[in-house]
Amino acid sequence: MALTIAEVEHVAMLARISLNQSEKEQFALELGLVLNYADRLKSLQTDNIQPLDHILPVSNVFREDVVIGSPDREDMFANAPMAEDGQYRVPKII
Amino acid sequence: MKLNDLSVHELKNLLQSKQTSSEEIIKSCLERIAEVEAEVKAFITLLEDDALKAARNLDKKGEYQGLAGIPYGLKDNFCTSGIKTTCASRMLENYVPFYDATAARRLSEADAILMGKMNMDEFAMGNSTELSAFFPTRNPWDHNRVPGGSSGGSAAAVAAGEILFSLGTDSGSSIRQPASFCGVVGLKPSYGRVSRWGVIGSASSLDQVGVITRDVTDCALVLQAIAGKDPSDSTSVALEVPDYSASLKADIKGLKIAYPREYFQAGIDQHVKACVMEALKTYESLGAIIDEVSLPHSEYALPAFLLIACAEASANMGKYDGVRFGLRDFSADNVVDMYSQSRGLGFGTDVKRRILLGTHALSAGYYEDYYLKALKVRRLLKNDFDKVFENYDVIVAPTAPTVAFELGAQSGDPLTMYMNDILTGSTNMAGLPGMSIPCGFVQEMPVGMHLIGKPFDEPTMLKAAYAFEQATSFHLSRPGRRVR
Amino acid sequence: MKAYDYEIVIGLEVHVELKTKTKIFCGCSNRFGAEPNTNVCPICSGFPGALPVLNQQVVEYAIRAGLALNCEIASYTKFDSKNYFYPDLPNAYQVSQYDRPICSNGYMDIYVDGKPKRIGINRAHIEEDAGKLVHQGSITETAYSLVDLNRCGVPLLEIVSMPDMRQAAEARQYLEKLRSTMLFAGVSDCKMEEGSLRCDANVSVRPWGEQALGTRVEIKNLNSFRSLEKAIEYEARRQMEALDDGEVLVQETRTWDEEKQVTRSMRSKEEAQDYRYFPNPDLPPLVIPREWVESVARSMPELPQQAQLRLMEKYGLSAYDVSILTSSPEYLAFFDRCVAAFAQPKAVANWMMGELNKFLNQSNLQITECRFSPEHLAELLKMIDEGAVSGKMAKDIFAEMFASGKPAAQIVKEKGLAQISDQDTLIAMIEEVLKANPKVVEDYRGGKQKAAGFLVGQIMKATKGQANPTLVNQLIDKCLSAE
Repeated sequence: MALTIAEVEHVAMLARISLNQSEKEQFALELGLVLNYADRLKSLQTDNIQPLDHILPVSNVFREDVVIGSPDREDMFANAPMAEDGQYRVPKII
Repeated sequence: MKLNDLSVHELKNLLQSKQTSSEEIIKSCLERIAEVEAEVKAFITLLEDDALKAARNLDKKGEYQGLAGIPYGLKDNFCTSGIKTTCASRMLENYVPFYDATAARRLSEADAILMGKMNMDEFAMGNSTELSAFFPTRNPWDHNRVPGGSSGGSAAAVAAGEILFSLGTDSGSSIRQPASFCGVVGLKPSYGRVSRWGVIGSASSLDQVGVITRDVTDCALVLQAIAGKDPSDSTSVALEVPDYSASLKADIKGLKIAYPREYFQAGIDQHVKACVMEALKTYESLGAIIDEVSLPHSEYALPAFLLIACAEASANMGKYDGVRFGLRDFSADNVVDMYSQSRGLGFGTDVKRRILLGTHALSAGYYEDYYLKALKVRRLLKNDFDKVFENYDVIVAPTAPTVAFELGAQSGDPLTMYMNDILTGSTNMAGLPGMSIPCGFVQEMPVGMHLIGKPFDEPTMLKAAYAFEQATSFHLSRPGRRVR
Repeated sequence: MKAYDYEIVIGLEVHVELKTKTKIFCGCSNRFGAEPNTNVCPICSGFPGALPVLNQQVVEYAIRAGLALNCEIASYTKFDSKNYFYPDLPNAYQVSQYDRPICSNGYMDIYVDGKPKRIGINRAHIEEDAGKLVHQGSITETAYSLVDLNRCGVPLLEIVSMPDMRQAAEARQYLEKLRSTMLFAGVSDCKMEEGSLRCDANVSVRPWGEQALGTRVEIKNLNSFRSLEKAIEYEARRQMEALDDGEVLVQETRTWDEEKQVTRSMRSKEEAQDYRYFPNPDLPPLVIPREWVESVARSMPELPQQAQLRLMEKYGLSAYDVSILTSSPEYLAFFDRCVAAFAQPKAVANWMMGELNKFLNQSNLQITECRFSPEHLAELLKMIDEGAVSGKMAKDIFAEMFASGKPAAQIVKEKGLAQISDQDTLIAMIEEVLKANPKVVEDYRGGKQKAAGFLVGQIMKATKGQANPTLVNQLIDKCLSAE
C-alpha cells in the first residue's frame, strides 16, 4: 500500500529533503512498495529475541585522554561553502 | 601478454627480478585505459601524471617490497588527501579531503601506485553503477551491460585490465556482486578486519572495505596489506592478522562445505545455479565434503537488511547539510530551507529514497515494527550461520541471482534493484567474510560463486577459493578472450 | 483558586561538562575560550569518513559522578544517535545514551528549612556537546549566523532529577548541591558563566492533593542560580493564572528572558520533535566490570553530603552554614585548615561567610585566589579572641590582609593598631581624664550613669580607638568607686 503524500512530506521534513510534487508521488508509491515487502517481518515471532545492536563481540574500545591537537583551520575550511572570520556562515536560523 | 594483463604476484616477481619497471607497468595500464576507458568509463578521477611520477621515483630506488610499483584504483568513497573524493554524488562533486582513509594510506605506505578514483553508485547505494551522478560504468565483457555495483568502477577497471587491483566497499553485495558480474575476485572481509576510517560509509554496521583482484593469490596479497587494527576505528578488531598467502593451499581434502538450500531456490537463474552446482562437483572431486544445509530465516534477511541499511544511511547522510562542505543551495534565506534544498539538489533519487525509508523506519510509531524488528532478525540470521558453522568450514552459493543485466533493465523498480543483495546481504548482517570468484559463464557473461567463511577465518575461505581456482581456468579469461 | 491552592512540581535536567583534557571522541583540546574553530578536527566537525573513538576518562568521570549521586552504575551500556538538524550539530545526530544510561536510580539530599529532603536522580548519561551559533544581534533579527564548532564533542553528563522539588528555592538548593558534589567528585569545573554547568527546569502545577502531574513546561536559558529561581517562580505563577483563567496549558519549551524577567514560548507551531534514537553503529558498547566501579569508589574523596553531616555533628553548625561551607572543596579546605589552627568553628564560619565572601564577591575572586592563608585568618581570629584587637579593628585588618596578603600581626605592628590592654597605661590615662573633667565626675557620682560613657569616649579618642573598651569601662568604674 502506498504511503500518503502527507506521510511522505512528514518523513521528508524529518530528513530535511525538499521534494517536488512528482517526487512526492513517486516516493509515496515506492516507499509503500518497499515497506509492504518489509511487513513480512511482522509474521515472524520475535518476542524473546534480543535485538542485535552490535555484531562484534567487542566492547570498551578506548582512547587515552591525551591532546593530539587540531589541524589547521585553513584545511578545515578549504571546502566550506561560505565562511566569515574563521566561522561557517549560515542563513538565519528562524 | 602485456604487463597490464598479468597478475599482481606475477608483476611482483618481474619487478623484483628487474625484468620490468613500475613505469613500464603504469604505461601499459595507461595504454589500456586509452583503449577502453571511453567505453568502460570506470574512472571518476584519473591520476596519470601522479602515477607516472610515483613510478619513476620508485624505480629510482629500485626496491620493490610488498605491493610496490603496482597500480591500483580506489572506489571514490575512500578519502584521499588532496584528491577529489566525490562518492559519485553532486553533493561532494568538488570535495577535496585533507586526510587519507587508513586502507588507502596502508597501500600508499606499501608503495602501491594510485591510478585513480573509481566510479560507483552514489554514496555506495545501488547495484549497477548507473546511479553515479556523473555517468554509468559499463561492463567490460559487454558494454550494453552493467558492471554491477556499487563498486562497479573498481571491478570493471580490474576486469578491463586498466589497473591491477582495487579497493571497494561492501555493505550488502557492493564488492562481490560487481566482481561476479565482471568475472574477477572480490572479497569482503569480516566486519572489523579492515579499518573503515576515512571511508565514506552508508551503513556503518554493514560496511566493510574489501579487495577486487584478478585471482585469489592477488586477493590474499592485497588483503594482507590493508587488514589489521586501526586505533582510529573503534570497530576494527585487534585480532592478529594471519598470513593469508600462506593459507593458499590446493589440498582441501576433508574440507566441509555447506550449500544452503534457500540460496538455490526461486528467483535464481537456472543457468547460474547450474554453474555453482557444477562448482560443488569440482569441490567434491577435490576431496571436499559437500552437504546441503538450511539457513531457515533467509526469507527475512533482505527486508531486515534493507531496514538496517537505510536506517543507518539516513543518519550517516545527515552531515551533508551544506554548512561545512559539499553542495549548498545559496538561494535559501533560512537554515531549514537551505538544508532541504541543498539535500534536494545534491542527492540522487535512490539516495533520497533510502534516506526517506530509513527515516521512516526509525520514526515514532514505526521503530518497533521496522528497525527494532530488523535487529532481532539480525540475531536470528547470525544464529543460523553459527549453527551451520558448528559443522562446516565454508558455505558456498551463487553470488548474484543472475549474470550482469543490461543497462536500464532495473531502473524504475526499487524492489527489483534491492533484490541484488538477496544472496549476500546476510553475510553483512552477520559480519562474516565473503568472497566471489569466477565459476563459469552464462550468455558469455561471467558467473560468480560466493564463499562465506566463519568470522575472521578468511584463511579457510581463501584456501577453498584458491583450490577451486587451481582446479579451473575461469579466472584466466579476460573480456574478449575466453579461456576454455 | 489561589496560589496556595496549587502545588508546584519541579524537575531539573542538568548538563555538566566533564573536565577531560580532550573531547569525547577525538584528540582535540577540551579548552574553553579558544579562537573560533581552532579546537576542531574532521571527527568533531562531522567530516565524511571520520569515525569516533571514546575517551576513557569520560567513562571514568561518569562513573565517579554517578557514584557521587548514589546511582547504580550499569554493567552494560551503549551509545545512541539522537537525530536532528541544527547548524551547531555537524553530524545531524548527537551521540547520547537513550535506553541504557550509564547511571540510574540515584539521589541527593538537600536541606529545606533545616530539614533534610531527598531528591531522586532518575538517570545520568554521557553525551557530546554541540557547537555555538553567533548571531548578528538576536536570533530572530539576524540576517545570518556564524558557526563555531569548538564546543562540539565536549563530553557532557546529563543528570535528570525526579520531579521531586516543590518550590523554586528547593530547585536552587538542589542545583547548588549538585554543583558542589560535581566539584568535590572532581569531574567538572561547573562554571555556569562558561556554560560548563547548564540547567533546564521542568515545571508544572497541580491542585493540592491531585496525584497526576500537570502539563509540563521546559524552561531553557537559565544562566545563574538566581535566574533558575526567578524563572520557576514566574513560570509557576503564569501557569496558575492561566489555569485560573480556564486556559488549557500546552506542553512546550519556553526560554527565560533575563531582561524582562519572563518566560517566553520558543516554538509555537514548530513540528513535534522525533529524534529517531538508535544504537550508534560506530561505537562498541561499554561493559563496566564491578572492579572498575569499586576502584573509582575507593578513590572518591569526602563529598558535600558527608562534609555537611560532619560539620553539623562535630561543630553544631546550621544546615545553612554547612551548605555554604561545602560550596566547593577549596572553600571547605580553607575552613577546615582555619579551624585546625583556631578551634572556634562558628567564628571561623561567620568570618568566612561574612567578611571573606563579601570581599571575594566584590573583587570577583575565588577562594583559591585569596592572598592570605587559612592560618592567617586563624591568627586574626585568635587576636580578637584574646582581646588584642577589637572587632572593628579586626575588620580593618582583614581588609588589609585581603588587599596585601600580609599576616594580621604584621599589619597590626606596621600600623600600630594593637589594642591597649595594659592596665597601668590605661589607669594613668583615666586619672588624667578624671582630673580634667571634674564636672562629669560630679554628675557620675550624682547618679548619672551616662556620664561614664563620656569618659570612656574621651579615653578612646585619646588612644585613637586602640584602648580595649571593655577594660576601660571596668577601670573607670574602679577608679571612681575607689575614690
